[in-house]
Amino acid sequence: MKVKEVAEKLGLTVISGANGLENEISMGYSSDLLSDVMGSAQSGDIWITLQTHKNVMAIASLKDLSAVILVKGFTPDPDMEEQSNEENIPVLGTTEDTFTINGKLYNLLNQ
Amino acid sequence: MKEYKADLHIHTVLSPCGSLEMSPRNIVQEALKKKIDIIGITDHNSTRQCASVSKEATKAGITVYMGVEITTKEEVHCLAFFETFDILDTFQQYLDKHLPDIKNNTDLFGYQVVVDESENIIYEEPRLLISAIAQSIDQIAAEVHRLGGLFIPAHINRPKYSLVSQLGFVPPDLKADAFELTKHISTEDFLKKFSYLKGKTFIRNSDAHQPELIGERFTTLKMADTSFAEFAKALAGIDGREVIV
Repeated sequence: MKVKEVAEKLGLTVISGANGLENEISMGYSSDLLSDVMGSAQSGDIWITLQTHKNVMAIASLKDLSAVILVKGFTPDPDMEEQSNEENIPVLGTTEDTFTINGKLYNLLNQ
Repeated sequence: MKEYKADLHIHTVLSPCGSLEMSPRNIVQEALKKKIDIIGITDHNSTRQCASVSKEATKAGITVYMGVEITTKEEVHCLAFFETFDILDTFQQYLDKHLPDIKNNTDLFGYQVVVDESENIIYEEPRLLISAIAQSIDQIAAEVHRLGGLFIPAHINRPKYSLVSQLGFVPPDLKADAFELTKHISTEDFLKKFSYLKGKTFIRNSDAHQPELIGERFTTLKMADTSFAEFAKALAGIDGREVIV
């Protein structure tokens, strides 16, 4: 499923990196420890987190992730947003918490 | 130049995880026993114990660098040091403003008390000090530097509450005056993983929460005297001042 489709179906805001909306999502990974994401996320994963530091985009790029979802209404730091645009990896926003968005996303990706 | 033995990361009774034995008097006695010239007082998210430790240490001829171990929004622990009581108070106001209003539970976390030189309790902090403050690591580094302070990410190789655990790697453009490593890794092995940090200053300290651990690890500062300006020069490695670990 494409990032664009997930964003539409789950009502996520496209904050940045709109050029990457055609990225294909394989599965998801949820963690707020960037060291853990670096070790365990798989290529194509959509990453659910509350971290807003620019290192998020460096790791998303390194791991070839499809997009990042920021939970609970968090917004990226300006340099994270900038890097999202440069790397064409979308940052999507939701006001929901990690548990809720994970559940919805899990069901959607496993349909 | 002289070489000074410094343990720059010491908690007091004010930190919830700090032993009740960590009074100004006991800290200074232990530092004397270990022949430490300079101690850094770095409680979690509070500078309120610095004054009484400074008073007690001055009597014993030990220098105190007044500081704090801040928990950033990302839950990265960072040390900061300030030159004067006035500046320290300004930074305390910043901490008070951004520390979330979560009450301490003494059964779970321990007591958070400030004691004077005679070990009388003069203040109890009601808010939990180990919470993350509502400011990012970059915002905190900027505020510390605006006040002329020194900013040092703590135990950066640790698997929790560190720059590397929380943010995956050390942001190359982070404005840090030094980085603290633990005993668990040599500087050489750390630099193998993060070769872009070659040339940066690394320090090692005890991170003591109980008296007997004070001085277990230390940093040697080669400088003219123990003033804050000399400390800053030693961290920067300028004018013949340097850090030896």
